[in-house]
Amino acid sequence: MIPAAFEYVRAHSIDEAIAHLQQHGGDARVLAGGQSLIPAMRFRLARPAVLVDINSVRDLSYLRASDGVLEIGATSRDSDVERAGWIGDRRWSLIHDVSRVVADPVVRQMGTVVGSLCHNDPSGDWTTAALASRAEVVVRGKAGARTVPIDEFLVDSFTTAVGEGEMAVAARFPKPDDRTAGSYQKIERKVGDFATAAAAVQISLNADGTVRAAGIALSAAGPCALRVDEAERLLVGREPRDETIRAAADAASRRSAPQADLRGGVDYKKHLAGVLVARGLRQALARLGARA
Amino acid sequence: MKIHVTINGAAYERDVEPRTLLVHFLRDDCGQTGTHVGCDTSSCGCCVVVVDGDRAVKSCTMFAVQADGREIRTVEGLADGGTLHPLQQAFWDQHGLQCGYCTPGMLLTAYALLKHNPAPTDADIREGLAGNLCRCTGYQNIVKSVQQAAGTLGHPSAATA
Amino acid sequence: MSTEPKPGGSLGVAMKRKEDPRFIQGKGRYVDDISLPGMLHLAIVRSPYPHAGITSIDISEAMRVPGVRAVITGKDLEAAGLGWLPTFHGFDKQMVLAIGKVLFQYQEVAAVFAESRGAAADGAEAVHVEYAPLPVVTDPFAARTDQVILRPDREKKTNHIYHWEVGDKDATARALRTSPRRISQRIWFQRCHPAPLEPCGCVAQFDAMGRLQFYVTSQAPHVYRTALAIVTGIAEDKIHVISPDIGGGFGNKVPVYPGYVCAIVGALKLGRPVKWIESRTENLTSTGFARDYHMDVEIGATDDGRMTALHVATTADHGAFDAAADPTKYPAGMFGIVTGSYDVPAAHAEVDAYFTNKAPGGIAYRCSFRVTEASYAIERAMDILADELRMDPVEVRRKNFVRKDQFPYQSRLGFTYDSGDYQKALDVALEKIGYKELLKEQTAKRLRGELMGIGFSTFTEVVGAGPSKHFDILGIKMFDSAEIRIHPTGAGIVRTGTKSQGQGHETTWAQIVAEELGLDPQNIMVEEGDTDTAPYGLGTYASRSTPVAGGAIAMAARRVREKAKKVAAHLLEVGEADVEWQDYKFQVKGVPAKSVTMKEVAFAAYTNMSQNEPGLEASYYYDPPNMTFPSGCYVAVVDVDRETGEVKVRRFLAVDDCGIIINPLIVEGQIHGGLTEGFAIAFMQEIQYDSDGNNLNTNFTDYLLPTSLETPHWETAKVTTPSPHHPIGAKGVGESPNVGSPAAFVNAVIDALSPLGVRHLDMPITRDKVWRAIRAAEAKTALA
Repeated sequence: MIPAAFEYVRAHSIDEAIAHLQQHGGDARVLAGGQSLIPAMRFRLARPAVLVDINSVRDLSYLRASDGVLEIGATSRDSDVERAGWIGDRRWSLIHDVSRVVADPVVRQMGTVVGSLCHNDPSGDWTTAALASRAEVVVRGKAGARTVPIDEFLVDSFTTAVGEGEMAVAARFPKPDDRTAGSYQKIERKVGDFATAAAAVQISLNADGTVRAAGIALSAAGPCALRVDEAERLLVGREPRDETIRAAADAASRRSAPQADLRGGVDYKKHLAGVLVARGLRQALARLGARA
Repeated sequence: MKIHVTINGAAYERDVEPRTLLVHFLRDDCGQTGTHVGCDTSSCGCCVVVVDGDRAVKSCTMFAVQADGREIRTVEGLADGGTLHPLQQAFWDQHGLQCGYCTPGMLLTAYALLKHNPAPTDADIREGLAGNLCRCTGYQNIVKSVQQAAGTLGHPSAATA
Repeated sequence: MSTEPKPGGSLGVAMKRKEDPRFIQGKGRYVDDISLPGMLHLAIVRSPYPHAGITSIDISEAMRVPGVRAVITGKDLEAAGLGWLPTFHGFDKQMVLAIGKVLFQYQEVAAVFAESRGAAADGAEAVHVEYAPLPVVTDPFAARTDQVILRPDREKKTNHIYHWEVGDKDATARALRTSPRRISQRIWFQRCHPAPLEPCGCVAQFDAMGRLQFYVTSQAPHVYRTALAIVTGIAEDKIHVISPDIGGGFGNKVPVYPGYVCAIVGALKLGRPVKWIESRTENLTSTGFARDYHMDVEIGATDDGRMTALHVATTADHGAFDAAADPTKYPAGMFGIVTGSYDVPAAHAEVDAYFTNKAPGGIAYRCSFRVTEASYAIERAMDILADELRMDPVEVRRKNFVRKDQFPYQSRLGFTYDSGDYQKALDVALEKIGYKELLKEQTAKRLRGELMGIGFSTFTEVVGAGPSKHFDILGIKMFDSAEIRIHPTGAGIVRTGTKSQGQGHETTWAQIVAEELGLDPQNIMVEEGDTDTAPYGLGTYASRSTPVAGGAIAMAARRVREKAKKVAAHLLEVGEADVEWQDYKFQVKGVPAKSVTMKEVAFAAYTNMSQNEPGLEASYYYDPPNMTFPSGCYVAVVDVDRETGEVKVRRFLAVDDCGIIINPLIVEGQIHGGLTEGFAIAFMQEIQYDSDGNNLNTNFTDYLLPTSLETPHWETAKVTTPSPHHPIGAKGVGESPNVGSPAAFVNAVIDALSPLGVRHLDMPITRDKVWRAIRAAEAKTALA
C-alpha cells in the first residue's frame, strides 16, 4: 500500500504555504498531521499531485488564550490539547472529553484539531465539538485572513469553506464562563473506530439555575456534524429538568439523519443520538453541581 | 529528495522518494527492521516510533521527508549499551510478549506514555496503549510490564536492589 | 511458583522465555526483515468482481512503468503447468492466478515484479483487466440449489463439495422422536479471519546451485517443502524452506497461497530474488478464513434434564475453493467432538459443504480442526436446553457430564477421551466466581429491570492430530519429530518439526529436554523452521505441538538417556543393569552415593566412552497413540446497557485442565491471548459479504480487533488430570481459551436478556443486535 508519487514542498511560513497552494491550486493538499490524508493516499483514494507540509511553519503550533478566546494553531496536536494544563477546568470539559476520544492515543500525537475540522468527516469528533462550542475557523488566503463561524465552515461531507489557494490557520473556541460545562458522549465499536453515534453538549447556566446558553451537536448523523437547534432552543431560558432533557433528546433523535452501516442501522443510530444527548446534558449538569 | 534524519543518535543521510513512508525508510533504507508493519490504516501500532523525544508516532502514517531534521527513536535504540531499558526488562520479566511482532510498537508507545505520565494507573496504561494491537497476550501482562517499568524508572535505586 | 530453572526439575517452572531478548530489542527476524541483493518486489493485481469472466488482460502499460520487470498472468502459469495449486485438503485445488474467470472478490489475477514496493504498486495499477460479470452466489443455502454452477472445472457439476457424517443416524432420530423434551436451534458461527499482526509473505531465491531458498511465513515448513516439490516439479532436495520468526499464525499460515507460487515463478523467470508481503487488505480478503458453519442443533432430553439425543446438521460455506487444511479422512475436521463434555446416549452429526463466491478457506483458527464450531454449538445449545427446561444451566451440565470414573470415555461420535474431571473444574469455577452471590445480585437487579448475565461454557477439546492410522495431510501421516544432540559440556540442541509463532517453544522444548536429562534448560538450544536441519514434522497448528512434538522430544530424550546409561555404567564401573536414573542422575541401584550426572556422562560420551559408540544424540518420530482432550470451565459475568445495547464483561474466569503444565507462565499467557481472541469473535470479528459479493471487512477499520481498553481482565485457575498416554502427561493449551470462551460470552449475554424472552443471538454480539433484541421484546410486552 504505497501512495502514488507526488511532489513534496515544505513551507516555513504561512505566506510561503499559501504561495504554494496558489501555485498548484486544486492539485495541492496541505499536510499537517496527515492521519486521515496519508492512509487515504496509501489506498490511492487521495492522490494529490503536491503536498504542502506546514509542520515547519513557525507559529502554527500553539494553544493561546486571549480576549475570551482559546485559539488552537493549525499544527497543534490533539494530544497537546489533551495534556494542556488548563484542560481540567470544568468550563473546558467538552474539549477535554473530545481530546481523549479522537481516533486513538498514538494517532492523537500527530493528528491536529484544525486538520480534523478541515477534513470534515461526517463522523468527526472535533467538528461536532466545534459546533456545540460555537467555534470559528481562521482561514488565510492571498488577500489576508477571514474568520468563518463553524456553521458556515462545515459545508458538506469532506468539504469546507476553505477555498482553493487558502488554508485554515487556527480554530477559535470562545472561552466559556465559569458556569459552563460540557460533555462529549461517543459510542464506538472500539478505540480508533469512527463514532457509531456521538453527541457534543455544552451548557451555561444563569445564577437562578436556568439555562443561559446551550450548544448541542451530533456526529455520524448526517453529511457532516449537525447542530440540533431545536434542542438548544428548548433548553435556553428553562430549568434543565428531566422533561426538558427528554424533549431535547427527542429533538436530537428526530434531527439525526444517519446512514446505516456496519456500526448499526438508521433507527438504532437515531435512538442513540437521543440517548447520548440526554447523557451529555446530565453529565454537564452534574459537572456544574446542578441536578437534572 | 535528500533528507537528514537522526535515528537512535546516529545520523543518516539518504535520498528518498517523497512517497516513502517513514517505516519503509527505517526498514529498507536504514536497515532498522525492528519497526514493523501490520496494517495499512494506522490501526495496529506495530510501527510506532518516538519522534523528537516524547511523541509516539505511527511511522506508517508519516512520510520519511517529514522526518528530515528530526530525531527518531526506535526499538533498536532503547537499550543503553548492554543494559536493557526498564521497559524491555519488564516485558521480559512479566511475559509481556509472545510472537514479538507488536512488541517494538508497544515498547515505544509505552516509552512516550511514561514520559508524560511517570506514575500511571492500570487504567491509564490501558487507555494509553489503545492505539496498539496485540493478538497474542490479551494485554494483561503488557499492563503489568509497563507498571513494573514505571516503578523501576520512578525508583532507580529499587531496580538495582 | 518457582521461576528459577535448575538442572532437573524443569517441568512446571515459570521460567522466563529464552526467545525474548531478541524480540524486545527489535532483533527478531521476520520474513519482511529479509532483504537480498537484487531483490524484486511482487504486487498482485486482484479482481474487483466476485464472479466474472476475464475478457482480456492488457499488461502493456504496466510494462512501461519505470521499474517494472515482468508481469505474469494465469495463462502464463497454465502454460508452465502451474495454473492450479492443490489445497491441503487433498481433494480440491485452487487457481494460482485466475484462469478464464474469477470466483471471489480480491482473487489473484496477475503478478507484477518490480524494483521497488512503489513501482510494483504502480505497475499493478497499470494492468488493465476487462471482466464480464457473472451471477453471484454468496449464500450456501442458495448455492445448494445449483442454479449457478461455480466450479465447472470440477468433474461433479454441483456446488456441493462433500457430505460427511458420524454417529448413529437412526438411533438418534428415534431417540429424538421419543424424547419428552426437545429443543432445536440454528446456530451460526460467523465467518472470521485469524488476522495475525504479521501478514503472510515470502522471499524466494534460486541460489548459485539452482537451489530454491524459500523464506516464508509458514506454520508447517516441511509440508510446504513437499507441497512445493509436488506443485513445481523441483526435486525436494533442491528446496530449502526457512520459516524464520513468525508474527502470529493462528492457522492463517498453514495453507500455501498463490503469492508464494508467483514469487517462486518470478524468481526463476527473472533470476533474481523476489519478495512478496501481502497488505492487510490482501490478508483479510484472500487468505484462509475460518468458521462459517450454519449448525442446526437438536437436543432431546428427559423432563429432569438428562440428554437423550443430539443431532447436528451443518451447512458449511467454503468459498470459491475448499482450502481447508483438514486431515484427509476428516473433511469436517474433528467436528465429532460436538457431544462435548456430555454423555449423550445417541448422537449423529453431519456436515454438507458448498462453494460460494467468497474467499477460499475453512482453516483451523486457533483450534483443532472445526472444534471451535462444535464446542460453541453444544455449549450454546446446552443453555437453550436449560432455558426450555427452566433449569439452571449449571445443573443441566452437571447432570450430563461424562463422569470421572468413565474415562477413558468412548464418545458416541468416535473419540476416546483420555482423561478429565469436569465436575471438579465446575466446582472450582463456582467457588472462585462466587456463583451464589452472583445469582443473588442478579435476582435483585432483575427486579429493578437491570440486565445482568452469567454465562458458562464447560467444553472439551480434541487436539494433537494425530495417530497415523487416522490422520494425514496430503497422505503424510501426522506424526512429529525431535532430534537431540548433547554436546561434551552437557549443553545441547533440540530440533523439531514444529514451528513456534509465539508459543514459546524455545523455552518449553528446552524444559522438556532438561527435565528428561537432568540438564540446565538455559543451555538447551531449540531450533525449528529450517527444513535443512530440522527433522520432518507436520508443524504447529491444531494444538499439536505439545501433544505430538512434545511427546517426540520426551521420547528422543529418553533415547539419549538409554545411550547415556551405557556410558554411565562404564563410569560407575558396574553393569548397565545395575544403573538406574534417579533424582536426575545415574546411580548404582540402591547406592545413591555412587552416582554420575548427565553432564559428566556427556563429557565421557566424547572422551571416555569405552566400548560404546561415541557421541550422545538421538531422534524420535512420535506417532501419538491417541488425541488429547483438554477441557475447561469458563464463566463470564456481563452487564447489558438497556439503552445502548452495550455489553460490559465485568468478570471472566477460566478454569483450564491442560494436563501436566510445562511452563505455567507461558500457559497463562496463552490463556489470556486465547480468551482475548474468543472475546473478539463473540463481540467484534466478522468477515461479511453483501449480496453482491463485496467483502465488507477489508482492513482493521472494519475487521475489528479489540484493544487494551475493550479487553476484559482475565482470571485463571486450573485443575490437572494428566493425559495417561502422553509421555509427560501434557495435553496442550493454546487453543482451549479460544474454543471455550465464545459460548461463555454469548451465554452470559443471552442470560442477561432472558427475562425479555430472548433465547439466541448469533455472533458477533454487536450493540445494534442487542438493542434490537431488547426493543423487539419490549414491543412484544407493550402489545401483551
